[in-house]
Amino acid sequence: MLNIPIKDHFRETRLFNARISVIGVIVVVLIFSLLLRLAYLQIFAHRHYETMSQANRIKPIPIPPPRGLILDRNGVVLAQNYPVYTLEIIPEQVDDMNSLIEELGHVVTLNEADLKNFRKQLRDRPRFESLVLRSHLTEEEAARLAVKRPYFNGVELEARLQRHYPLTGLGAHFLGYVARISEQEQDRIDKSDKSMYRGIQDIGKLGLEASYETTLLGQVGVEKVETNAHGRSLRILERIAPVAGKNLSLNIDAKLQAIAEEALGKRRGAVIAIEPSTGAVLAFVSTPTYDPNAFVGGIDTDSYQRLLKDPDKPLINRALNGQYAPGSTVKAFLGLAALEFKGFNANQPVLCPGWYTLPDSSHVFRDWKQGGHGMVTLHDAVVQSCDVYFYKLAVAMDIDGIDRFLAPFGFGKKTGVDLLNESDGLLPSRAWKEARGAKWYPGETVVTGIGQGALLVTPLQLASAMSALANQGVRMQPELVHAIVDAKTGAARDVAPVVDSQVPIKNKHDLDVEIQNLTDVVHTNRGTAYNIGHNAPYKIAGKTGTAQVKSVAQGQRYSESTTPERLRDHALFVSFAPVGDPKVAVAVIVENGGHGGSAAAPIARKVMDYVILGTSPAPPKNATPESENNE
Amino acid sequence: MDLQRLHLDKTLFFALLALSAISLFVVYSASAKDMSATLGHLMRLGLGFLVLWLVAQVRPEILERWSPYIFGAGMILLLAVLGIGVIGKGAQRWLHLGILKFQPAEVMKLAVPMMLSWYLARGNLPPTLLRLAAAFLMMAVPAFMIIKQPDLGTALLVFGAGTFVLFLAGMRWRVILILLAVIAVAAPFAWHHLHDYQQQRVLTLFDPEADPLGTGYHTIQSMIAVGSGGVYGKGWLNSSQAHLDYLPESSTDFIFAVFAEEFGLLGSLVLVGIYVFIVARGLLIAYLAKDTFTRLLAGSLSLTFFLYFFVNMGMVTGILPIVGIPLPMMSYGGSSIVTVMAAFGILMSIQTHRKLAE
Repeated sequence: MLNIPIKDHFRETRLFNARISVIGVIVVVLIFSLLLRLAYLQIFAHRHYETMSQANRIKPIPIPPPRGLILDRNGVVLAQNYPVYTLEIIPEQVDDMNSLIEELGHVVTLNEADLKNFRKQLRDRPRFESLVLRSHLTEEEAARLAVKRPYFNGVELEARLQRHYPLTGLGAHFLGYVARISEQEQDRIDKSDKSMYRGIQDIGKLGLEASYETTLLGQVGVEKVETNAHGRSLRILERIAPVAGKNLSLNIDAKLQAIAEEALGKRRGAVIAIEPSTGAVLAFVSTPTYDPNAFVGGIDTDSYQRLLKDPDKPLINRALNGQYAPGSTVKAFLGLAALEFKGFNANQPVLCPGWYTLPDSSHVFRDWKQGGHGMVTLHDAVVQSCDVYFYKLAVAMDIDGIDRFLAPFGFGKKTGVDLLNESDGLLPSRAWKEARGAKWYPGETVVTGIGQGALLVTPLQLASAMSALANQGVRMQPELVHAIVDAKTGAARDVAPVVDSQVPIKNKHDLDVEIQNLTDVVHTNRGTAYNIGHNAPYKIAGKTGTAQVKSVAQGQRYSESTTPERLRDHALFVSFAPVGDPKVAVAVIVENGGHGGSAAAPIARKVMDYVILGTSPAPPKNATPESENNE
Repeated sequence: MDLQRLHLDKTLFFALLALSAISLFVVYSASAKDMSATLGHLMRLGLGFLVLWLVAQVRPEILERWSPYIFGAGMILLLAVLGIGVIGKGAQRWLHLGILKFQPAEVMKLAVPMMLSWYLARGNLPPTLLRLAAAFLMMAVPAFMIIKQPDLGTALLVFGAGTFVLFLAGMRWRVILILLAVIAVAAPFAWHHLHDYQQQRVLTLFDPEADPLGTGYHTIQSMIAVGSGGVYGKGWLNSSQAHLDYLPESSTDFIFAVFAEEFGLLGSLVLVGIYVFIVARGLLIAYLAKDTFTRLLAGSLSLTFFLYFFVNMGMVTGILPIVGIPLPMMSYGGSSIVTVMAAFGILMSIQTHRKLAE
């Protein structure tokens, strides 16, 4: 600070002011040149750039890739693409929209819905975007329009690929469908990578179409096109070809799917067939089904309301999201617990008087058989589905013991099938109830022994649990997709089977005994499913179930004939076959169907017959030529 | 509200406010109506005004005393970026400080003019050749380090800010002429040291049509946007060049093209007018400043702001090569808004503390 020379302030200020002035002049000159440039571009060259901007521009046109096909295990096409002609308008290039639409009305038919939809787009979308006025033009309309189009400015005839499900409702619940990208989905796409969906209008909404969206999608190509003043393409400067989406080859057998759907008929229900050794899902049925094609081009409000208001709820995926009390089918698994659980002696017969009460309680838990089964062994209890035996087992195991035993079978959690939004089911425990601020009552343990109460399973969980029993306790993750196939090269990448969980079995002999008991359910004349076993050429292990929908008051009995249809019991059946070398595990549920043995078991038998014997009664409706050739 | 007592210069403050308001509409349109981007821009502006206000509270004497330390810290950070800097956008510019990503080159936009003003104010003006040489090193070394990152745009601004200080300090005309002659001779050598893409950008300027889908693409699409806007513009949200994705970087470096397309020549005149008004106000503050440090610093910061928007607009209208310089206050993203607002904070501090002292 000391050696700062004495400053001549006056001189410095004058110097600084001179420099500021010089630079001020330079700034003014530069700004002036910038303004001149702007004036040149925006006034003198305006027409030139206007033309370039409007029409004579290099237009990158996205080429949407064909979406991957979905095929069943035999190559039957379940989802494909076919071209539809659409009439599109670019509002920016139209002088008088009303008269244009009126004139177009003479060329193609335009109904109220088309016009309403178009007016809405006209309000919401930018003026330079191509808007659909009419889709699904007939060949004749397309031809007429192609001839007349040069007289209309801003009108385009486009051929677009649209998704089509040739077997209509078959497998709709696992296939899902594609439909127009919604605003929320568009926002999500814009945030990740806009270019992925450029030129693509549809996105997978449900089922495999949604869960394998990125696989099926493919890569958008681009064509850089020089266009003239009317927006017509003059020449292609550069082209990057789109890459087709990958095909899905499924484990599903369309014929089996059709057999199972037909067996359920008009009844509400679900059928799942799984190959126990791999987890391959062979059939995935939920009825009633619906036509996914209706959603592809955008479903109209009336049809959608009809589907929503249908009392049979066709849009619900019962196989994946239907959560049912398993009823007596749970005995197929608890029967093994009786052998394995230390605190229970399975060698000691139990007296079944037809009812059961807890000590210090007057509440009566009835057996389904009035008067009871008398003295029953474990074998009798499983074969005849004795409730009292399993009440006692449940009390001995306690709810936490049941919870621990059933968990490895996959109850109470997602099976991990390759579909989105799978339901969890519910495996109750003391901790679960207490977490909800309630106390667990001993009576709840009792009814869990026969698959009633809080315990809930999805048909997929039941089939998966049954396949674990068939597969020495190893539970494979259910998989719908067998392989992902490159459409061009045919190179297939197999989806590897995944071990989901291992049921701890202390003594292998116990499992053999349990499977023998289940076999006797089907093949001995006292068994509850003897009606399907007496003439079967192979051995089936199975268990029937009848789950209450409406609780029956103390001192009364359930009567099917006096109960309204939708409050009647659900019929269930779980099974696998052939015993010794299981090829398929099946779970069937028929809502309000009555008895498992009479309503559900015959459906499972048809499924098993097809898988094991190869008999195929009737070809699926609307079958493609390929599948008919396979007869 | 008495802005003077908050140490805010009313004229400058309202001009900045007007610019901010316009920028929100332009960012909304240029980002294809992305509300979250617009809100993000608003947040940055808010942060910028906060920084402006905080800096304006610091007395110029304190700024002067801190200048060498800020410069020293900036140099250390620059070294750190060269050493351990992480790769961001293909270039080493960012320094991760925990959750914060930080661009040390931004600091130098302020630290270099502060340092030079401080140094030259310590001697008589015009500076001696020796002092001039020392001052030159103080700006050239950091600028060179920023080029190495490589970030040509920021290096240009840092070098410009330093040059303005030297010029305003009264560097003699004959020295200036000799330097210009040296640059003319050295230019061909420097040319070979530019990256390929940088060379291409300069060549494109002379003939953008030579490679319309390659390096010329930016310039052509930008000029189409500006030119097609005409006198009155296409109207807000109607920039087809941006919305049809012809114009790259539409919400960042090329946002002025979107503005000019939507609001035309009239809009552009208003916008350029506001920018020029801000520069003029800054130069007036420099003119009124009472001591060497503050007048050099205020002059340099104002002129750097001019350089900032002039280079950007020049690049958008195709009279300057493409260097990565955003339009200050307008362009979406980056940390430049905060730096620019800090610079205005310094200007306001210089203006208001002088007034209060009187």
